[in-house]
Amino acid sequence: MHFTINGQSHEAEVDVRTSLLDLCREHLGLTGSKKGCDHGQCGACTMLVDGRRINSCLTLAVMHQDDEIVTIEGLGTPENLHPLQSAFVRHDGYQCGYCTPGQICSAVGMLDEVKKGWPSHASADLTGASLDNAEISERMSGNICRCAAYPNIVDAIREVADASAKVDA
Amino acid sequence: MKTFDYARADSVEAATRAGGRFIAGGTNLLDLMKLQVETPEKLVDISRLDLNTIEEREDGGLTIGALVPNSDLAADPRVIAKYEVLSRALLAGASGQLRNKATTGGNLLQRTRCYYFYDTAAGCNKRQPGSGCEAIGGFNRIHAILGTSDQCIATHPGDMPVAMRALDAVIVTQKADGDKRRVPIGDFYRLPGDTPHIENVLEAGELITHVELPAPTVGRHLYRKVRDRASYAFALFSVAAVVTVEDGIITAAALAFGGVAHLPWRNPAVEAALVGKAPSDETFNAAADALLDGATGFGTNDFKIPLARRTLIASLREVTQ
Repeated sequence: MHFTINGQSHEAEVDVRTSLLDLCREHLGLTGSKKGCDHGQCGACTMLVDGRRINSCLTLAVMHQDDEIVTIEGLGTPENLHPLQSAFVRHDGYQCGYCTPGQICSAVGMLDEVKKGWPSHASADLTGASLDNAEISERMSGNICRCAAYPNIVDAIREVADASAKVDA
Repeated sequence: MKTFDYARADSVEAATRAGGRFIAGGTNLLDLMKLQVETPEKLVDISRLDLNTIEEREDGGLTIGALVPNSDLAADPRVIAKYEVLSRALLAGASGQLRNKATTGGNLLQRTRCYYFYDTAAGCNKRQPGSGCEAIGGFNRIHAILGTSDQCIATHPGDMPVAMRALDAVIVTQKADGDKRRVPIGDFYRLPGDTPHIENVLEAGELITHVELPAPTVGRHLYRKVRDRASYAFALFSVAAVVTVEDGIITAAALAFGGVAHLPWRNPAVEAALVGKAPSDETFNAAADALLDGATGFGTNDFKIPLARRTLIASLREVTQ
C-alpha cells in the first residue's frame, strides 16, 4: 500500500485491520501521534487528513491510500516550531505531554474550521462566531487532557488565534 | 478485531452487489469491530462514491448525499438558514474530529451505546438474539422510557436523526437489484419488539444514497440536549422543535425526541396538544402529558420521566417566546 504522510511517500505492507494510527506508529516509525483510548474518545491520535482533523485510531489505513496525511511530525521541527507548538511551550499547555500532539493537530484543524466560518455548539449565532474561550473549549472537547492543563491549552490556542486574526485583518 | 475482506466500491451499483458491510466514516463500526461486537466478514468501502454534495431541489428542499460529513452539513449556509434545528443537532453531537469523519448515512445507522450491547460477555438480544437483556434489572441510566419491549430497552444515540424526524426527512436508498425507494424517516426505524437486532427497514445490500429534506417551513427552531457533560456526550434527553406562533396562538408544531426510545421519537399527540392553543405552562404540561403517557422507567433511568417533562416545558417556553 502507498501512503503520503507529511509530504513524503511511504510504501508499507500491512494487515487490512491496521488503523491509520498503527500504520504511522508501528510501521513507519512516526510515533508522535499517541494512542490513548483507541476508541475515538480521547483525541490523542488526532491527525490531519486532507486538511481535516480526524481520530486516526478510528479509521483504516487501507482507506487512506490516496490522501494527504499530516501528523505532528509534519507541523514543525525542534529548530522551527509551528506557532501552536511554541505557544504550547510558552503557556505550559501540558504536564505529561501525552495528549499534546493530538491537541496541537486538533487545534490546527480547529482554527482552519473557524476560518471557514464553521459554527459550533457554543455559537449563539451560527452565521458568525467569534472565538472566545467557551468556543475554544467546545471545539476542543474531543481532546482529553488527563493532567487537566486545559486553561493553559486554551490560552495557547487563544494566542495563536488572536495573532492570526491580526494578520488577516 | 476479527479479520475481514476489504473492497473499495467504485459505484453505487457495485456497492449494493458487493455482498458486504458498508463502511464510510467508520467511526462507529470500527469502534464496535475492535470490541468484536461487530464481526463483518467483508467491508465494502463506499467512502469514495460520488454522494457527497448538498443540492437544492426545485421544490425548495435539499437533497443531502449520504457521504456528506456531519461537519459540512452542520456548516452549510442553506442548512443554517432554513433548517437550523438540524445544524444545532449535529453540532450538539460527538467531537470536531468525529463530525469530520462521520457521514449523514452513517449517523442514521449508529448503533446504541447500551453498556450491555458493548459488553460481549453480557446477555443482549440486540447483539445476540435470544441471549436476554441485562439492561432490564441492570444499570439503565441511559436507556429508553418509551416504546420499549421486554427484549430490549436500548436507545438510538443520534442527535441528527432527531432533528431529521422533526423535519420529516425522507431516506433515499438503492437496492442490489437497482430499485430505488424513498422511505420517510418515520417509517425507517423499528421499535425493538421481539427483534431488537433489526433496527430499520433496510434490506441486505440496500444502500442509503441520499436524505431529502422537504421545503423549509416557517417557525422557530430549537434543539435542546440534556447530557452528563456540557460537550461530547450522548443525550439523556433531547428535543428538536420547529414551532410557529401567530397572533398569540401556536399554529404549527413539529417535535421529535432523543434519548428516550429505540428510535428518534415523535408522537402526534404532543403536537396536537399544542396547535391551536396559546403558549402557556398549562399547554406545555399537556404536551408533556401526551409525550409521557405510558412512559416507563427501569430503575436507574426513572429520572428521565421528570427530566423529559421539565426539558420539554423549558424548550417550549423558549421556542414560543
